[in-house]
Amino acid sequence: MTVAIDRATGKRRGEPGGRPGRLTRLRQSYQRYWYAYAMIAPVVVVLGVLVLYPLARGFYLTLTNANSLNSARTIGVNRIEATYEFIGFDNYADILWGPTAYDRFWSHFVWTIVWTALCVALHYVIGLGLALLLNQKLRGRTFYRLILVLPWAVPTFVTVFGWRFMLADGGVINAALEALHLPAPLWLEDTFWQRFAAIMVNTWCGVPFMMVSLLGGLQSIDSSLYEAAEMDGASAWQRFRYVTLPGLRSVSSTVVLLGVIWTFNQFAVIFLLFGDTAPEAQILVTWAYYLGFGQQPRDFAQSAAYGILLLAILIVFTSFYRRWLNRDEQQLAI
Amino acid sequence: MSTTTVKTTAPEDGGPRARTPSAPRTRRRGENSLAGSLASHAILVVASLVALFPIAWLLFLSLGPDKDDYLHPGRIFGKMTFANYSYVLQETPFFDWLVSTLVVSLGTTVIGVLIAATTGYAVSRMRFPGYRKFMWVLLVTQMFPVAVLMVPMYEILSELKLIDSYLGLILVYCSTAVPYCAWLLKGYFDTIPFEIDEAGRVDGLTPFGTFARLILPLAKPGLAVAAFYSFITAFGEVAFASTFMLSDTKYTFAVGLQSFVSEHDAQRNLMAATAVLVAIPVSAFFYLVQKNLVTGLTAGGTKG
Repeated sequence: MTVAIDRATGKRRGEPGGRPGRLTRLRQSYQRYWYAYAMIAPVVVVLGVLVLYPLARGFYLTLTNANSLNSARTIGVNRIEATYEFIGFDNYADILWGPTAYDRFWSHFVWTIVWTALCVALHYVIGLGLALLLNQKLRGRTFYRLILVLPWAVPTFVTVFGWRFMLADGGVINAALEALHLPAPLWLEDTFWQRFAAIMVNTWCGVPFMMVSLLGGLQSIDSSLYEAAEMDGASAWQRFRYVTLPGLRSVSSTVVLLGVIWTFNQFAVIFLLFGDTAPEAQILVTWAYYLGFGQQPRDFAQSAAYGILLLAILIVFTSFYRRWLNRDEQQLAI
Repeated sequence: MSTTTVKTTAPEDGGPRARTPSAPRTRRRGENSLAGSLASHAILVVASLVALFPIAWLLFLSLGPDKDDYLHPGRIFGKMTFANYSYVLQETPFFDWLVSTLVVSLGTTVIGVLIAATTGYAVSRMRFPGYRKFMWVLLVTQMFPVAVLMVPMYEILSELKLIDSYLGLILVYCSTAVPYCAWLLKGYFDTIPFEIDEAGRVDGLTPFGTFARLILPLAKPGLAVAAFYSFITAFGEVAFASTFMLSDTKYTFAVGLQSFVSEHDAQRNLMAATAVLVAIPVSAFFYLVQKNLVTGLTAGGTKG
């Protein structure tokens, strides 16, 4: 985001070399801003109505004890008014250091962090490996590429059902494991294997995006750099370390950030893989959904409070991530 | 850096251009070619099998007529049939789901792209006061977990009597699609040379005129990418769709597919057939646009 402003284009249009007089420039800039604001107005309005207003309202809900029993609702023709009360920051206190805070929040929090870190690391490493393979001169690489993109092409909700068939007790994966005389884990019932399965499925779903993005990045690295490195006697590893990785940095920083955000918020994989059957394998997002919509009575206030906490975690992470990249004098594009 | 990314973003020319110079220089790669390329092929074949298998398996299971066939796949060979497909198409609300999925996804796409286009242009070309904050807001809305807006949206939509209506779901999806499209389109507009704007300006066009007459026609591929992205995002969304759509004729596919498995009964054979019916057109479409998709997304990303 910061880069965008430093880019040549911003300067070129923003300061036309100081040629016109100051007054003209002022008038010009006024005109330009006027247009800019008119152009962004629709999005500002939509964001205000569809994002900021619900967000503010959601935040207010977190300060109440709203649930499905005391919220406004309509039963038949009778309209029952909301009776929930303002209770301040009690929800947050309860979530973060209430009596069962560890079981409800912190254990899920730890698992969410592990899940995000493992998934993004696997996405990145496998994606980079495949991208490097596909970037060589190789017979049939277009064909490989088409097949490897497949998991991305098929909607997640479809593939997750495919995986559920395979992971079911007695499904093809366990049949294969038994044929090899290996233990057949209860993928969809045992907590450890549930987590294992979730990471596996999500990795499967997420690798193609990384692979294709990194392949684009690899192809944009100037090949004369490799030639120069070879002239200087750099080994294959050194070329990878000192040419490829730096060349990929801007793509990498973007896809890793996107990957973290998407994985942290990944709802479909876990929700569709387990439904309500895996309390220990829920990440914070699905857990928040469960609180608000998966149980009776629905706990709207706590669910919304989880949502706000999640958003806060992501915003803090992103700020640090950007600062860290900027400190390395590496510009994060987003 | 920015010049190289521009190349990648221009559809289809990034690859060949970057590769051609290295083509004659096969000396080093030629040396370890045999073992090296065998290993590469081996890894790629394994990876392709892993990528292909779950889908192929789903396809295979969809041909088994009994709901427990997925446990005894061997038996399917003797009795392969398209009965599941004809049942799904004739006896289930498949076409209702198709209609609602299309209405919701296309509605989101049209509104998202229409509203976001001018904004993408403005943030690509103009540095107005508040620009940084605005971009930050756009970024932050990308990371809204479903849980943040779900509860308040539910409240608001029930007050407006929009629960279980297409419009309600479209509005919800627009909260993510609009900033998303604006972001993507900014990346695409950045790759269109600024000289074109300047030429338009010299010829006396207003910024709106430049945008509408010069830039918009040039940006068609970018618009298509943004449209497709918001389409598949809305198409595959699960959480809001399963909470806000109550009547089973208004389910989107993401929800309808789950309805085959209830507490009492699990018609997995029908589910597999439906999944295949949904997946094939979407994947076919995906393959048509996939090259542009990637460049579109990384353009939005790497060029911010």
